[in-house]
Amino acid sequence: MSKQIPDDVKHAKTHEWARVRGGVATIGISDHAQHELTDVVFVELPALGRRIKAGEACAVVESVKTASDIYSPVSGEVTAINQELAQHPELVNRDPYGAGWFFQLKLAQPGELDGLLGAAEYVKEIGG
Amino acid sequence: MLKRTPLYAAHVKLGARLIDFGGWEMPVQYSSILEEHQAVRTAAGLFDISHMGQIAVRGGGAPEFLNRVLTNDLRKLQIRQGQYTLMCNERGGAIDDLYVYQVQAEEFLLVVNAARIAADVAWLNQQLAGFPNRAAVDLKNLSDDFGALAVQGPKVAQFIDACFSGDASHGLAGTLRKNDIARREFLGRPIYVSRTGYTGEDGFEMVAPAEITATLWNKVLEAGGPFGLKPAGLGARDTLRTEVCYPLYGHELDENTTPIEAGLGVFVALGKGDFVGRPVLAEQKAKGTAKKLVAFKSAEKSAPPRPKYPIWSAGPARRLIGQVTSGTQSPSLGIGIGLGYVPPEMAGANSPIEIEIRGKHAPATIATKPLYRRA
Repeated sequence: MSKQIPDDVKHAKTHEWARVRGGVATIGISDHAQHELTDVVFVELPALGRRIKAGEACAVVESVKTASDIYSPVSGEVTAINQELAQHPELVNRDPYGAGWFFQLKLAQPGELDGLLGAAEYVKEIGG
Repeated sequence: MLKRTPLYAAHVKLGARLIDFGGWEMPVQYSSILEEHQAVRTAAGLFDISHMGQIAVRGGGAPEFLNRVLTNDLRKLQIRQGQYTLMCNERGGAIDDLYVYQVQAEEFLLVVNAARIAADVAWLNQQLAGFPNRAAVDLKNLSDDFGALAVQGPKVAQFIDACFSGDASHGLAGTLRKNDIARREFLGRPIYVSRTGYTGEDGFEMVAPAEITATLWNKVLEAGGPFGLKPAGLGARDTLRTEVCYPLYGHELDENTTPIEAGLGVFVALGKGDFVGRPVLAEQKAKGTAKKLVAFKSAEKSAPPRPKYPIWSAGPARRLIGQVTSGTQSPSLGIGIGLGYVPPEMAGANSPIEIEIRGKHAPATIATKPLYRRA
């Protein structure tokens, strides 16, 4: 892997990550996912206030070649979206676990986090 | 099982991402589509186009036969010159779009689309069977015998001749005019070099015996390296050709679409005498067509348009008017661009249209072709 996976995020098998602080989950896509997508040119984000269920397609990331659905790893209500991505979608490639985050959710079911993968499990999942 | 070109091992070694392209396992990108695109626009890029087909047509009857099955006028060619042309069915629909080169007085080389080789050869043989002077025409599909490379970009002319050796009696490749073809040598074998391409940049295409194509590939990488040459995949090839509005068979062209509808009338020589599809094409040129290929640009930041997205007229009384055939984010322009068919009355330059992207309407504007022109 080109970048270290931070120890405070958990991944879905579909390559999204969630970082939870004070009942709010920040969602993004993994370094592996951005590497597979390459050259992100557009990100479509969910509307503020939308209630999303875990596993629901709620964003779209577009590379030069294709559009890919993004599934929320956890359920909740959208409280923030990363406005920076409108002008700088390349942040998803450059800093997938930081400035390239997608949106934030107020967690509806914190128990869902237990079903997500820790760093070691995710690395195994992607064959690292 | 996907077919592989003589460069398959070279692509794997370079870390290419491989995809299925018309039954061929081809590199879509090596590093990044954007980087490879920029390399071609500013310096040089090297493409494997070995999947494309080569058909040799030889003999005293070859010029007349080809002029009856192709739309452009073959008589305009000088020896060692090529032209873009189309092959149509009786309805004027495109069987394929291709390059034909006159390599000798009675020898022609057709370079055709990979996914159309079988259809082209079948069509040519069928047409040949009905051609009175067929005994004087020899038609051979040489696609498996040859590999092919495209070297494209503003700096390519500076190093192209360093790739060859030996006999340069046809002149150095760097002195070829657009569409000219010359025979050069590599490893003692004859190869063809033409000043053609599919990117809108200056550049060359080479047809070489399959066994030496990988060595030639490495030679070009070595010669072009100091000039910023990068290997480039089909991803960049697609963004480059879309910016300059070159059609891609299967997207802008098919057997139910004519060259007139596709805006390729300049390659249809109605004055040359009869040829397959001529009655329909002549009528369309005189009376117009029901659909017309247009280029468009997104009017504001939006998700990139993609093939098959619906095209709508703009405004409150909007209606469905067509479909996107090619679409992408333009690396050179930084906005969404595309091609698509609309009714001719909606096809005027600067007309506002809307592209439906996942149920939402994104404003776009019909633009004159090409969408990108080199400085």
